[in-house]
Amino acid sequence: MTMSDAVFNIEKDVPADAVVEVRGICKKYGEVEALRNIDLDFPRGKLTTLLGPSGCGKTTLLKIIAGLIEPSAGEVRVNGRPVTGPGPERAFVFQDFALMPWATVMRNVAFGLELKGMGKAERQSIAAKYIAEVGLSGFEDKYPHELSGGMRQRVGLARAFAVNAEVLLLDEPFSAVDEQNRRKFQEDLLRLVEKERKTFIFVTHSIEEAVYVSDRIVLLSRRPGRVSQIIEPKIDRTASPDAIRRDQGYLDTVEEIWQGLKHYVD
Amino acid sequence: MMASTQADTRVNGPARAVHSPAGLSLGLGRLFLRYPILSRVVSLGLFFLAWEIAGRVPISYAFPTFFDTAYAFGTMIADGSLISAYGSTLQPLVIGIAISGVVGIVLGIVMGLSRMAEWLVAPLFIVLQSAPMAALIPLITFVYGIGLAAKTLAVIMLALPVIVLNGYKAVRNANPSLVAMCYSFQGTRLQQITKVIIPDASPVIFAGLRLGLAAGFIGVILAELLITPTGIGDLITYHRSVANYAEMYAAVVSIILVSTVTLAALEAFEVRVLRPEKRRG
Amino acid sequence: MTLFGYRVPMMASLIVWCILWELVGQSGAMFLVPPLSSVLAAAVTMVQTQTWQAAALITLHSFVVGMAFAIVVGVTLGVLMGRFKAVDDLFGIWVNIFVSAPLSALVPVLMILFGMGETTVVVTVFLFAVWIIVLDTRAGIRHVPNSLIEMGRSYGASTFALYSKIVLLAALPEILAGIRLGLVRGVKGVVIGQLLVSIIGYGELFELYSRSFDMENFWALTIILFAAAMLMSAAIEHIEKKVDYYAGVR
Ligand SMILES: Nc1ncnc2c1ncn2[C@@H]1O[C@H](COP(=O)(O)OP(=O)(O)OP(=O)(O)O)[C@@H](O)[C@H]1O
Ligand SMILES: [Mg+2]
Repeated sequence: MTMSDAVFNIEKDVPADAVVEVRGICKKYGEVEALRNIDLDFPRGKLTTLLGPSGCGKTTLLKIIAGLIEPSAGEVRVNGRPVTGPGPERAFVFQDFALMPWATVMRNVAFGLELKGMGKAERQSIAAKYIAEVGLSGFEDKYPHELSGGMRQRVGLARAFAVNAEVLLLDEPFSAVDEQNRRKFQEDLLRLVEKERKTFIFVTHSIEEAVYVSDRIVLLSRRPGRVSQIIEPKIDRTASPDAIRRDQGYLDTVEEIWQGLKHYVD
Repeated sequence: MMASTQADTRVNGPARAVHSPAGLSLGLGRLFLRYPILSRVVSLGLFFLAWEIAGRVPISYAFPTFFDTAYAFGTMIADGSLISAYGSTLQPLVIGIAISGVVGIVLGIVMGLSRMAEWLVAPLFIVLQSAPMAALIPLITFVYGIGLAAKTLAVIMLALPVIVLNGYKAVRNANPSLVAMCYSFQGTRLQQITKVIIPDASPVIFAGLRLGLAAGFIGVILAELLITPTGIGDLITYHRSVANYAEMYAAVVSIILVSTVTLAALEAFEVRVLRPEKRRG
Repeated sequence: MTLFGYRVPMMASLIVWCILWELVGQSGAMFLVPPLSSVLAAAVTMVQTQTWQAAALITLHSFVVGMAFAIVVGVTLGVLMGRFKAVDDLFGIWVNIFVSAPLSALVPVLMILFGMGETTVVVTVFLFAVWIIVLDTRAGIRHVPNSLIEMGRSYGASTFALYSKIVLLAALPEILAGIRLGLVRGVKGVVIGQLLVSIIGYGELFELYSRSFDMENFWALTIILFAAAMLMSAAIEHIEKKVDYYAGVR
């Protein structure tokens, strides 16, 4: 591991129950070196955030974990098995939602199950449950263009939940959502993390968002992306959202990350 | 030109908006929604008034008034000559469009999916699409004479390229983000094609069909004027030769009317069946 | 496509089709299709003849005049329709009808109104090309962001400056796309017009060669025509690419 400068290196003190293990991942796009020698473990049941300057390879790493793109070198293991492509234990939430405009909310949410060949009645009852869970009851027969950005991303989230994957991969899910919805959405996400007991891997640009929702934050350096720091915010998540946002630990962690990232912004 | 149609493989950000190749050129269905009733009536009325005045002046010995033309139209319907002419014009058109539709859409989809097919066939159709295929119509007679087959072939020659190219571009530019989504949920290649790529491409494929039909109308009329004196084309030629200008104009206007209504109906069908999300939007 | 690791340019497959043509022609299976090589040879001899040069000239002339009218009228009407609702209401329905109407049916009418000569062909070219130019120009004008116009106003641009320096330039990508489509349609128009009039220019030669079963010359004519149409469309596309860069950042 190349984490000599890590402040909180939790690999040392937490017993390794890692769902996802990333080993020596490198990725080159032709001449462009996007990722260099990434080693990471993602603990089960936690929300881990990938944070770093724009273009450092966060999306690339997430898609390699998802099996959507192949690494140039290295290996990703999920539950000990090497990743060769997308698998049922992982589900991806897309930055641009990737909803089918010709399909209703119901069909979009049930789409993962439809692809698995599940019967219509069964998949719709499962989809209905998750539509309700993300707060979209009553919108089942609407089409994506009738929904706001925030609602569309909830559809994307429900679709990922519906296939009952252990690991959810979210690529800047809130970047196309306005600020008020974003806050609401972050709170809902925390509730869902609590309820669903799944492993979340989350990419964001926003330091505040990362600190607010994450159990662990992985800071990536500028391209070629390497792990520069792993931070575990010590925040009491039982407190109310507003209390958390004023919490001293929260503010200190935001400041610490900002100090770490500042020199990347010229 | 073709290099730019390669699938967008960048991992990040929203998919590039697809500039539909036929997006601007046909909007007859929307036409009836977009322009309010009043302005449509005024617009039509003014046009007919101008026609009537121009006919009364008259600007040319061969320029009948609007009412004369409308009257001729009535008599031609009454004596059945218009109906039987349409029988012989529309038959090759329907057959030709059906053949071009099936062949063109299949070919277009295959080209959109396979690099090899794209490389081999796309340039050919790009040439055929931007070249004046009408020049070849006189050749048809040598092989197919002047019957139904000749007219059908004329329709196919003009309609097929645009249908093929639209199908190809639509499939090639299918939203890469949706394709990745399907793949991430472990959809098979077949599911990817049938559940994502083709539905995503269908509006542009359908626009291609409409453009093909418009080209088919041009083709069938041209064949009737040039090589096979039958149908509406013959009606036009005949009434011109005996200086029945009102009847001639009526035949011309009727074919424009029929093609406009057909294309508008096709678009209405498209919105209703293929794009449920547009109905309410 | 890549072959053995090399990128084979797309248009290279046309060579495959040309070879196929040559083979079919050599086999003599279809009398309609003479070998490509003899067609090319015929083309070389043909372009040196007086007849062809005269026909090409008159065809080109009709095309250029018709297109010039189509571009001027099309862009003007498109701008007016894009900026003024009343104009849009008045002409919108007609433009939309004629852009996809079977205009070949109208040519006989033009022949009796304008005579069996060049005027008819010019009007045919105009009618084939103008509508798509109107529609694309209108769409381009509609795309010009209001902020750009307000910017012009706030800096005190006169109406003329506003249109010539801001609106038309901002809509240029769409206008050029319309003109390219119009040119392609115009070529079809000039061919259809001349085929129907059949006593001038290319139409006369087509008529002559197909009547006399002179397939070499017939195909030579066709090949020259197709090549000219392709070259022109490629040239416009080249210009289009030069202005397209700012289409995204308007
Ligand atoms: N398909 C591709 N081909 C070539 N280069 C690519 C491709 N995809 C990404 N890159 C480059 O690789 C680098 C990492 O890209 P990536 O999208 O993973 O970054 P990111 O951290 O997600 O950035 P952002 O914060 O802007 O979303 C970038 O410099 C990008 O330009
Ligand atoms: Mg990214």
